Amino acid sequence: MTRIRFHQSLEDLKENLLVMAGLAEQAIQRAIEAYRVRDMSICDLVTRSEVAINRMERDIDQAALDLLAMEQPMASDLRFILSVIRINADLERVGDAAKSISDRVRQMDQLPLAELPVDIPRMATLAEEMVRKSLQSFIEANADLARSVLTMDDAVDAMNRSAYKNLTRVMEEQSHLAPQALSALMISRSLERVADHATNIAEDVIFWVQGKDVRHHNSVIAKQNAAQTPGPPTGAA
Amino acid sequence: MGVSIEVTNLNAWYGTNHTLQEINLNIPANHATALIGPSGCGKSTFVRCLNRMHETNPIARVTGSVKMGEIDIYAGAKPVSIRRRVGMVFQRPNPFPTMSIYDNVASGLKLNGYSNRRVLDETVEQSLKKSALWDEVKDDLRKKSGASLSGGQQQRLCIARALAVDPEVLLMDEPASALDPVSTSKIEDLIFELKSQYTIVIVTHNMQQAARVAEKTGFFLNGRLVEFDSTHKIFTNPSDKRTEDYITGRFG
Repeated sequence: MTRIRFHQSLEDLKENLLVMAGLAEQAIQRAIEAYRVRDMSICDLVTRSEVAINRMERDIDQAALDLLAMEQPMASDLRFILSVIRINADLERVGDAAKSISDRVRQMDQLPLAELPVDIPRMATLAEEMVRKSLQSFIEANADLARSVLTMDDAVDAMNRSAYKNLTRVMEEQSHLAPQALSALMISRSLERVADHATNIAEDVIFWVQGKDVRHHNSVIAKQNAAQTPGPPTGAA
Repeated sequence: MGVSIEVTNLNAWYGTNHTLQEINLNIPANHATALIGPSGCGKSTFVRCLNRMHETNPIARVTGSVKMGEIDIYAGAKPVSIRRRVGMVFQRPNPFPTMSIYDNVASGLKLNGYSNRRVLDETVEQSLKKSALWDEVKDDLRKKSGASLSGGQQQRLCIARALAVDPEVLLMDEPASALDPVSTSKIEDLIFELKSQYTIVIVTHNMQQAARVAEKTGFFLNGRLVEFDSTHKIFTNPSDKRTEDYITGRFG
């Protein structure tokens, strides 16, 4: 075994990314909890965690850049560092999505409660499961587990399209509920984005473990599916 | 122009030590091919088999076939005629120290019986231009000795000397490992320029160098060729775990 310091640095990088992942995962859970119970103190926690997530994003990027510059990594080490840089960016955006959800929850809190035709907690459960599985696949370097995440994205996309259809109808037919419907729609969109980021993370794990670039392979099918049901454009996975 | 090299069932021994075992590979013409591997893995022995230098050691032995273009260099060809087709550059620049720059480059031609002054002048100039040394030495060709040049210049002089006899193949055994980074870059740029005209085989311990200059890379270990593939594949996603472990520094 040689290059002991370098390989220790890779372990450190992985650990730091997992800390970042924990913060991002927690931020989404809290944002959804805030939505469920309309608790603004939880929204404050989400806002505060975003600062920590942003700081970690910079630190992890810097550490990865240093390793690229100083160690000239090869093969799986090179793919690992490239994947860490990409996953890092995705996790930061998961944090952004959590913040966006909590901002919408604050707005909704100022409005009368409304019964809306959208199941945000169910959608959140699925998106969170995708994030959890993608991160587990990263921890285990498990490409099969990562692939299982890719197949889940369609379900979240379908939920988002359905939310769009139902909530725009509310806006048209019950205009007094339009502000609440719009906020719910934005939350649905944020969760769809979270699922996309989980998909990206899973694709990066496959790239790291197997050296295969599986990005955008299903984009044509996804576009065809999206075209069949009216709704907002889905984010690229 | 360069020729392809087809190596089939190549084995080499130093005494009883079986240093190369069943090597099979095709080195493409007019490309740079890098050979990597830990010390003692057989990569230098391998290149020495490509110009029949291995057998110059009395206890050394070679079996198998090395086809250079249409000719099997181990089937009746004279070693001297092979070495005229295959130039070699070593780790440490080895110009003839007392000879002028001009005579260093012209030495191979003179040995081969060329004496026409105009031909010699032209070949020396062309060879020094090809090795990117001409502009630095053109005013001192006969005044300065080969040994008076810097290490990097000496290595380019040796490359010019190898090119002067118009070879088809250029073997380079760690040609930049004794040079500073600027001289190393010049040698690498040179390899890049020369590979359109010659078949280049470069042994290197510097994996970044292999990645920069070669289209194909072979990984040797314990006298065997473990993997031979495009350089891109070897350095981003090698097929064999031993290659992966070596290039990521997990052994070696």
